[in-house]
Amino acid sequence: MSTVLRIENLRIETDGDTPRTLVDGVSLRVDRGESLGVVGESGSGKSLTVLAALGLLPVGTRVTGGRIVLDDRVLVDVEADVWAGERELRALRGRTAAMVFQDPMSSLDPLRAVGAQVASAVRVHAPRLGRRAARERAIELLTSVGVRDAADRAATRPHQWSGGMRQRAMIAMAIAHDPLLLIADEPTTALDVTVQAQVMDLLAEVRERTGSALVLITHDLGLVAENSDRLTVMHHGRVVETGATRAVLAAPAEDYTRRLMAAMPAEQERATPAVRTGEADALVADNIVVDYRVSGRKTPVRAVDGVSVRIMAGETVAVVGESGCGKSSLAKAVLGIQPASAGTVVVGGVPVRAELTGRSAAQRELAQIVFQDPYSALDPRLTVHELVAEPLRIRRAYNSAAVATLLADVGLDESYAKRLPGQLSGGQRQRVGIARALALRPKLLVLDEPVSALDVSIQAQVLTLLDTLQREHGLGYLFISHDLGVVRSIADRVIVMQHGRVVEEAPTAQIFSDPQHPFTRQLLAAVPRLDGPRRTARPAAA
Amino acid sequence: MLLFIARRLALAVTTVLAVVTIAFVLGRATGEPGALLLPDNATQADIQALNSSLGFDRPLLVQYLDTLVGLVTGDFGDSYRLRESALGLVLERVPATIELAFWAFVIGLALAVVAALTIQLTGSRVLRAIVGWAGALRQSVPDFFFALLLVLVFSVLLGALPSLGRTSYASLVLPVATLATGQFVMYLRLLDAALSEQAGQDYVRTAIAQGQRRSTVLFTRMLPNAIVPVLGMAGLNLGGLLGGTVVVEVVFAWPGLGKLLTDAVSQRDFPIVQAGLVFVALAFVIVNTAVDVLVRRIDTRTAAA
Repeated sequence: MSTVLRIENLRIETDGDTPRTLVDGVSLRVDRGESLGVVGESGSGKSLTVLAALGLLPVGTRVTGGRIVLDDRVLVDVEADVWAGERELRALRGRTAAMVFQDPMSSLDPLRAVGAQVASAVRVHAPRLGRRAARERAIELLTSVGVRDAADRAATRPHQWSGGMRQRAMIAMAIAHDPLLLIADEPTTALDVTVQAQVMDLLAEVRERTGSALVLITHDLGLVAENSDRLTVMHHGRVVETGATRAVLAAPAEDYTRRLMAAMPAEQERATPAVRTGEADALVADNIVVDYRVSGRKTPVRAVDGVSVRIMAGETVAVVGESGCGKSSLAKAVLGIQPASAGTVVVGGVPVRAELTGRSAAQRELAQIVFQDPYSALDPRLTVHELVAEPLRIRRAYNSAAVATLLADVGLDESYAKRLPGQLSGGQRQRVGIARALALRPKLLVLDEPVSALDVSIQAQVLTLLDTLQREHGLGYLFISHDLGVVRSIADRVIVMQHGRVVEEAPTAQIFSDPQHPFTRQLLAAVPRLDGPRRTARPAAA
Repeated sequence: MLLFIARRLALAVTTVLAVVTIAFVLGRATGEPGALLLPDNATQADIQALNSSLGFDRPLLVQYLDTLVGLVTGDFGDSYRLRESALGLVLERVPATIELAFWAFVIGLALAVVAALTIQLTGSRVLRAIVGWAGALRQSVPDFFFALLLVLVFSVLLGALPSLGRTSYASLVLPVATLATGQFVMYLRLLDAALSEQAGQDYVRTAIAQGQRRSTVLFTRMLPNAIVPVLGMAGLNLGGLLGGTVVVEVVFAWPGLGKLLTDAVSQRDFPIVQAGLVFVALAFVIVNTAVDVLVRRIDTRTAAA
């Protein structure tokens, strides 16, 4: 069996006088028709390694050692001073090796019709093909990746396509020239779990047709388990472990691999609930309706359609569903950010008005929020201390000891107080976000995808912290998430939403062991698992 | 689209009305023109007689309504000083100003696009630095002084180009050069920043990863995306140019609208002020509407929103 891509001893450093090593002596190999999973957390160098193979390294980084051989052509050999030129690389890109990138929202040109973009991907390596023929081929390709009415949709622009459909278009472009190698860099991270399953199925299906090998770069071990023949685990720019996927996952030889696997959300519910009886309910929301007025439409769009939630003190209720199901709108209605057009909200035993402006300051203190993205949720110019002190200052309750206590509560010692958010890791920032939300002693915390921007090992730490804080303060959590694995390990009860309505509500154990609604079953089936069903294409005959 | 244009027209009417009202109030607040029009030795009675013959003894409301009626019928009255139709005087000067503004705008923008694309294509930091420094230098010199420098070099020292009036194409060169260099610097800054931002976008990486040439990606993908915000600025700016070439018109004795308007303001020649302002306001709204229509054609997302 011949090798499609061989990377030997690759070293990538940053430019400048004091270069930092980002990838250090990485070797990997992809054989014809096989599927290689490259797994690692952010900063492991997994994307850089593969981008280097096509000469696509971001500005400010460069290869300083090793060899890269693609389809028997030596593209880089630092010792022999061989460097493939732009022209040679251009001939390989999209034809020998094609890429599918992470974010289908930004990976397409917003101004050009999707069909035209696919057609131009076709014409790059078939310049003699006429415009009309290229357009027809584009429609053919879009149809082959499951875009319905491709001929009509081809003329529309990316903003009119859903995330999953855009990723299908990306795949259509990638397979335009039946490449030997498909490189998928976190291809489903931005997608809902059910859509993720569809996209991975599609990738397996097109590989069946084209016989392409696949490099799947991801942080998700479950995804790799289901979609790769072999596995390479990376950490801090080095390869930690390589081997057949099944074998590695069944008996990991290296400590880091074991830690990664252990950090995956446990497939069991939390043992002891922290619910406190005798205290006022953290939240009683009854029959909430949220309408959005859309310009140019007479009838408003109903995002939440009569949803009721009750959260006891110390209880975690998770709301799960796909994007657009209304779970975030529900959270906003509870907080008063997007006032409910009908229904009642009672927080910590206190009935409050629908709109935030109608709530007194004391009422607003009762419910606080932790945001999804710890990078944009903190003012980059305030120190950690100032960030946590801000809500106290607003309520004229500032004292520096209180801030220190809050920071200690979330596991940040005094040395962090003077730092800026830019000097913190993602997990540390999220701890600051939690400390800030706790500053005013709320009864209810709305956690809007609080860990989905974090690496798995960090996820586990933050979830443990949330659990500890809940027990200490008797907090009620409204936990918004699309990640069922995370939900399982922290929630006491799960509410499944679809199209603005609750389709199922049950204790966590019951949701996972005995789901009633077909949509719940669909959600559960789509979650990739270490021992899940295999989706990999059979290797092409050698 | 039709609805959009209709809405813009309604906006134009409101804008013109507001401009005329403000001009009327400010004009009346600065006093009556009789004293300025008559020789120094005129008696108080002469001044009052002139003011009343011009209608300044009527109640303010009547004067205002009179102005509005004039606005609708296109009759702004005669210039107090020149005894000619104010609208006629303004329209007579308009082509000269449009000529100046148009060429300054087109040349400045075109050169900026070429320069920005060259910087991106060559990836030359030296080129960007040079252009950046030159630009900062140009912007730190006021227009009138830069104009005088040009006159000094090209008219006085080299004797190559005329420094005054509007007589031939050659007389167009220096005033246009003064304005166009300023425009060039501004658009280059905007466009270079916008293109550099696009260069880091995922869709650019996607196109490169498909094997597209970097130059193709630059021309067909990055440029359209980068030009949209620049066009918005350009619209505001061209509108401003049409009414704001005053300094340059004065330096080069260019017979344009700017000079006519400044003279009219200092002499309380209200009919000309009113007619001129209405023209400038209309030009501003029309140019901006045209730019918005253009942007909507390039970027259909804005049309949907």
